[in-house]
Amino acid sequence: MSDQQNVQDFIRKTVAGNDVVLFMKGNKQTPQCGFSGRVTQILTQMGIDFKDVNVLDDASIRDGIKAFTNWPTIPQLYVKGEFVGGCDIITEMFQSGELEELIHEKGIKHVHHHA
Amino acid sequence: MTMQDRITERLRQVLNPLTLEVVNDSHLHAGHHGSPGSGESHFRVVIVSAAFAGLSRIDRHRIINKALEAELKMGIHALAIKAEAPG
Repeated sequence: MSDQQNVQDFIRKTVAGNDVVLFMKGNKQTPQCGFSGRVTQILTQMGIDFKDVNVLDDASIRDGIKAFTNWPTIPQLYVKGEFVGGCDIITEMFQSGELEELIHEKGIKHVHHHA
Repeated sequence: MTMQDRITERLRQVLNPLTLEVVNDSHLHAGHHGSPGSGESHFRVVIVSAAFAGLSRIDRHRIINKALEAELKMGIHALAIKAEAPG
């Protein structure tokens, strides 16, 4: 995939066609970067099923996703078509309970943690 | 000037922070996949600035990334950010 227009179309369709998408280095079975690994771990712990896109498989997607949302780093998490954040933001939101709130609000299937 | 000093100076200029801590974590990542091994690859920023008041986390990070655009192109592999408004 080299044409920038095709890349942006692919990203748009992927984000629109999946409730939860993580653009990451590696895949959810084998993350290739600690930051991608941490977000994978959080989503898995919350029982959230998500589509993983390995940016290391395609340099044009790696560059394209940064342009898509004007965000310079990977991982990037999208929920219901909306960019939620990278590793720091997802970690903060997980710890504060905001991530569970967001997932619940958006009607995404997940595991409830009751204190 | 070290990268740590550059980042500190730049964020002071742009965000006039109440508190600012820039930590070089590169030694913790030496030799891992994709790490350049330059000793100036991984940084952590903890910053409190009135400029962040009323902004979403995403917008706070965007301001920092924009402020450090040149530095990020100079071989910074990872920049961890904790950005808060006072109070």
